[in-house]
Amino acid sequence: MYKKVYALLLFLFCWLSQMALHAQDSTGQLRTVDNSSAQHIEMADKLRADGKIYVVVTVVVIILAGLILYVARLDRKISRLEKETKRG
Amino acid sequence: MLRQNWWKILCVILLLYTFVAGFLGPVPARPILNETIRNYYFHIAMWFSMMILFITSLVYSIKYLRTNNHIFDIYALEYAKTGIVYGCLGLATGSAWAGFTWGAFWSNDPKQLGAVVALLIYLAYLVLRNSMTDVDKRARIGAVYNVFAFAMLFPTIWIIPRLVESLHPGGAGNPAINADGRIRIIFWPGALPGWTLLAVWITTLRIRLQLLAEQRLH
Repeated sequence: MYKKVYALLLFLFCWLSQMALHAQDSTGQLRTVDNSSAQHIEMADKLRADGKIYVVVTVVVIILAGLILYVARLDRKISRLEKETKRG
Repeated sequence: MLRQNWWKILCVILLLYTFVAGFLGPVPARPILNETIRNYYFHIAMWFSMMILFITSLVYSIKYLRTNNHIFDIYALEYAKTGIVYGCLGLATGSAWAGFTWGAFWSNDPKQLGAVVALLIYLAYLVLRNSMTDVDKRARIGAVYNVFAFAMLFPTIWIIPRLVESLHPGGAGNPAINADGRIRIIFWPGALPGWTLLAVWITTLRIRLQLLAEQRLH
């Protein structure tokens, strides 16, 4: 049964890698579609220039860390309960 | 498998990559969308993950129908529940995105309506299950309904919204979103597996709790 799981995971990994690779052309550059030269399209360049984008990233990483810690704590609690039930 | 840690650690790494690269990485500049195209890694990832979760739920429902093994029914139910959660999050993130780009949180867009109908059908699956007290009947009828609910995803979300005029990319008269390499390198190896693994982690925790509760009863 585990062989099938590993085979599936290997397949998934290959497929994901090939998708990521297709994102690049033969020179190794990422395939980009650049139409910003046609008209100036407003992007958050000022936010990046001010360094404020790092505040955004920090905030969302803190939220993610909080959620992950909660799930990990729950995981450990359940593992402990399972061991106790198995023993008792 | 459920208690192994390697895929949980992988999940955290992939989600960290998604969140950091999602905001710091380069993206194509598109009119109307501007920076919100980064929602690709959140809104679109939610819906795609939901499809994977519903497929998993379907597989376990079919396995239950073939073997009458109660464990498969628990798996099918929990994967469907997490799928519904992700679907609701997809709806919420889509509404937020629409508020900024389409001018309104709700436009009665065919894909928005289709998504709501599809989620309602899955919510009805939960209601149907709870209406029955006999455990075997609940599992069997629930499994059959799950197959129908899954089938309904396709006309409501994938087919009809593309045939009619829609604000969503891919609808009649709209070009596809055309995610170029810069988006794909974060979405496919990072956002999609990261969010899906998180859903699997949460689902397996619920499954383990349910199995524990049943064990303690006997």
